[in-house]
Amino acid sequence: MSRPGFVLDVDERTPPLLMHQGEGFRLERLPLGAKVIYPPDSLPGIRNVDAAIRHALLNPHGTEPLPELLTPGMRLTIVFDDLSLPLPQMQTPDVRQRIIEQVLEMAAAKGVDDVELIAGNALHRRMTPAELRRTVGDRVFQAFFPEHLKNHDAEDHDNLLHMGKTKHGEDVEINRRAAESDLIVYVNITLTAMSGGSKSVSVGLASYKSLKHHHNVHTLRHSNSFNDPPNSAMHHSYDRMKGVIDDHVKVFTVETTVNNNTFPSSMGFLNKREWEWNVRDQASYVAVKRANELLPAKTRRRIWQSTAAPYGVTGVHAGEQSEVHPLTLENVHRQQLTEVNGQSDVAIYGLPYVCPYNVNSVMNPILVMSLGLGYFFNLYKNKPIVRQGGVAIFYHPVPNEFHPVHHPSYIDFFEEILTESTDPVLLETKYEEQFANDPWYIQLYRNSYAYHGVHPFYMWYWGAHALEHLGDVIFVGGNRKTTSRMGFRSATTLADALEMAKDTVGSSPSITYQHAPPLTLADVR
Amino acid sequence: MILALEYHRSPGRFIAARSLTATKLGGRMSGMIAGNVSPLRLINRQAPELPGEGWTRVTPRLSGICGSDLGLLTGRSSPYLSPMTSMPFVPGHEVVGETQDDLPGMPKGTRVVMDPVLSCVARGTPECRWCASGHQSRCDHITTGRISAGLQTGSCADTGGGWSRQFVAHASQLHAVPDELPDERAVLAEPLACAVHSVRRVKVAPGSTAVIIGAGTVGLLTLLALRELTEVGAVYVVAKHGHQQEKAKALGATAVIEPRKAIRALRRVTAARMHTPEIGGDFLLGGVDVAFECTGGSSGLDTSLRLVRAGGTVVVSGMPNGGVDLTPLWYRELELVGAYCSGADGADFADAIRLAGTAPLDGYVGTTYPLARWREAINHAADAGRLGTVKVAFDPAR
Ligand SMILES: [Zn+2]
Ligand SMILES: [Zn+2]
Repeated sequence: MSRPGFVLDVDERTPPLLMHQGEGFRLERLPLGAKVIYPPDSLPGIRNVDAAIRHALLNPHGTEPLPELLTPGMRLTIVFDDLSLPLPQMQTPDVRQRIIEQVLEMAAAKGVDDVELIAGNALHRRMTPAELRRTVGDRVFQAFFPEHLKNHDAEDHDNLLHMGKTKHGEDVEINRRAAESDLIVYVNITLTAMSGGSKSVSVGLASYKSLKHHHNVHTLRHSNSFNDPPNSAMHHSYDRMKGVIDDHVKVFTVETTVNNNTFPSSMGFLNKREWEWNVRDQASYVAVKRANELLPAKTRRRIWQSTAAPYGVTGVHAGEQSEVHPLTLENVHRQQLTEVNGQSDVAIYGLPYVCPYNVNSVMNPILVMSLGLGYFFNLYKNKPIVRQGGVAIFYHPVPNEFHPVHHPSYIDFFEEILTESTDPVLLETKYEEQFANDPWYIQLYRNSYAYHGVHPFYMWYWGAHALEHLGDVIFVGGNRKTTSRMGFRSATTLADALEMAKDTVGSSPSITYQHAPPLTLADVR
Repeated sequence: MILALEYHRSPGRFIAARSLTATKLGGRMSGMIAGNVSPLRLINRQAPELPGEGWTRVTPRLSGICGSDLGLLTGRSSPYLSPMTSMPFVPGHEVVGETQDDLPGMPKGTRVVMDPVLSCVARGTPECRWCASGHQSRCDHITTGRISAGLQTGSCADTGGGWSRQFVAHASQLHAVPDELPDERAVLAEPLACAVHSVRRVKVAPGSTAVIIGAGTVGLLTLLALRELTEVGAVYVVAKHGHQQEKAKALGATAVIEPRKAIRALRRVTAARMHTPEIGGDFLLGGVDVAFECTGGSSGLDTSLRLVRAGGTVVVSGMPNGGVDLTPLWYRELELVGAYCSGADGADFADAIRLAGTAPLDGYVGTTYPLARWREAINHAADAGRLGTVKVAFDPAR
C-alpha cells in the first residue's frame, strides 16, 4: 500500500527541498512554517500490461467487446495521443504501441483491412518519422508508415468534415477520415486530469475553426481549474462537442494512466521525499547536479530531452468514453491528489525542463509562462493553492531562446505582440485571427515541423486565469528581459523574491510550495 | 575675409580617415571623425566672388549637417563622386539664409532656402537635355562652365558653402521663404524637397505598402512626403532609436520596427513567406510593394532588397556606400530607383516649403552650433540618432 499525498510543515528539522529549475534543479531551504504539498507515493504498476490491455479490450465499459465491433470491409481508424503525452516520454515500449498492436491483431483476425493510424496532434507540430516510430513501435511503423500512419493535418480542408454545431453554436470540425470511419479506436494516456475523455477526439482531431470555441480567454478564465472537468468551462464545451461526434461516428476509447515514476533510477532521488534520501541518493544528487552544471548547454538539453520515464501503468480501461473516463480520473486522483487545508498568500512552483510543447525542442519564454501560470497554477481542484491577489513564485531561468523550426510564430508573438500588450483579451481580439490565418505559418505547420500560428496565443490564454487571479508573479533566477517583457518580475534568490512580494502580501505571508514533478494535484479545502 | 569650414582633402588624409572609420571599431569611434585626421579645418578665407549675372551673396542663418556630409568626412562616400568636386570647398548645402545683392524679383535681404544643384543655367552653359526639361538634378554639365566642378553648392571651390559666414548662389537656386516659416523649419526645406522628389520617383499605387529603412532626417521626411503626396496604405518604418519611433508614429507610420526584427515583422504584416539562406540575412517571398532606403548604408540596401515583393521597387534615397548582393534584384525582378536631390522644375521645392510650414516638425532642429564648435557639431550629428536628435545645424553668425 503506497502512502497518500500529504502536506509537510517546514520546521527546523526539515532538510532543504528539491526545486526544479528548467534544465537543472537545486535544494532550497524554505522559510519555517511554509507548507509543502507532496503527491502520494508512486503507485505500483500493473505487472502484466499486455494482459490488462487484452482484458480491457475484451471487457469494455458500456459497449460490446472490441472484436464484436470489427467486421470485414469496415473502415477502422486508430487515433493516438501525440508527443505531448506523457511527460517526460515513457521508456519504450510505449503503452500506445502495446494497445495498437493488440487492436491491429484483433482487426486482422476479423478481416478488417481498411485501417488508418492518425496522431491526434491537433495544432501541435507534426511528429517526425522517428517520433512516430518510437510511439507506435517498429512493427506497426514499418507496416503502416507513411501511407496509413499520419499526423492529423488541421489545415487540410479537403480532409476535414464539419459535423455540425453544438446547441451553443460551437462548430465541430474534425479529421474527415476519422469522422467517416465505421469505428474510431482512440488510444490515450491521461497524465493529468485535464486529458482524455471527451477531449480526445474533439481536440486531437480538430481544426482551428472548432478549437477556437474552447481555446479562448473567456473559457479559460471560467475553468477553475481545467484539471477539474466538472468545474471547467473548457470541458463543458468538449462534452457538447462529443455529443455531436457521437451522433456521427462510434468511438471506442482506450484510456491509460501512469504512476509517478517520473525519473530513471540514476536520478531516483527526484522521485523521493528529501528526508528519506539515503546515502546513495545524496551522493547521486551531488554527482548529477555537478555533472549537469558542467555540461555544455546543448548536451545538457539533449540529455534531459532523451530522459525517458520508467512509468508503471496504473490502469487500462476501454469502451464508451463517458463510462471509461471516470475510472481514468479515479486513477489519476489516486496517484496525484493531495488534500490541502486552505489557500496561502504565496505559492511556489519549481518549473522543470519539459512541458507538452517542447519535447525534443526548446522551452521558450511563452512556454515557460504557460507551464507556470497555465499548467502548474491549475494543478488544483476546488481553489488555487494561492489566494486571490496573492503572489506566485516560479523557479526557472526563462532564457531568451526559441526553436526556429518548431516555434516560428512564437518568436513573432514574443518580439512583436507582447511588446504591445500582455492582456490576453486584447491579444485575442486584435491578433489571433491574423496569426491563425497567416499562410506562412500554415505552410510551416503542414510541411515543416512548426506549431500552428495560433498556438502561442493558446499558451498565453492558458495562463489567463492565473493572470487575473494573481497579484504578482516573480521568477527566481529568471532572465530580467524576458520576464519583464511578459509582465513579470525576476529575483536572484527566494529571499529577494519574498522581499519583492512584500508589496503585495506583507512581510509574513503564508507560503505553500507545490512539490512537482512528479505531479501533484492539490485538492484545496 | 570670412570664417569658413574648409574641406581640404588630401589623398593621404582621405585614405587615413577612410581606413580608420571603415572598420567596425572605427565606426563606433565617432570621435575620430573630427579628430586629427579630419579633412576639415576652420579658417579665415577670402569671401567667394560673384561669378556673374544672376548671382548673389548669401549669409547663412542656419546650415544643416547632412548624412552625405558625414559620409564625406568619414571617407565612407564613394570615390565615384571625386571628379564632381573641386578643392578646397566649403561644405553645407542645407541652408536658410539672407541674400546680400538685389536680384530680379528678389530684393537683397530676402530670406531664402536653396536648391544646391549647380546646373547649366548657374554655370552659364547651353542647357543640357535635363536642364531643358526641368530635371536640373540630372545636369550633365556639372563639371564645366564659369564655375569649377561641383555637383552642388557645398562641393564646388568657387561658390563657397553653407558652413561659412558667406557664400554665393545663383538666382535659379533660391526660393524665398514665407515670413511665418521659422529658420528651424526652413532649414529642413532642402532635405524635405529631396524626400518629396524620392516619393515622386516611383508610382505609389493607392493602398500599396511601403517600408522606410532608417528614421533619421531622410527617413522621417520621406514618411511625411509619402503620407502627404500619395495614397499609400500601410507605411512601416525601421528605426533604431526610441525618439525616432515616436516621431515616425506622429508622422503617420503604421508601425515602427527595430532593425533586427524588420524582416520577421514585415513578413507577418504582408503575409509573406520567409526563408533563411545558408549565408546572409533572411528574405521574403512576398513582402512590401516599395522600400525607401534612407540610411545610406549597405546593410539598409541589402535589407530593402530582401523584403520587397517580386516586381516591387527599392528607392535609394540615402547616398549609398558599400556593395550589396543584387541577386534579389535579378531573381525578384525588382526596380532599383535612385533619387538624388529634387526636381520637377522647382515644384518639389515649393511643396517642401509648404510642408515645412504645416507638418509636425517641431524640435527636429534641436541643437545648433557656432562654426568654432565644429568638432562637437560633427560628432553630435554622427551620433544624432542615439542622442535623440534629428538634425544638427550650424549657426554661422554666432
Ligand atoms: Zn543633403
Ligand atoms: Zn544641365
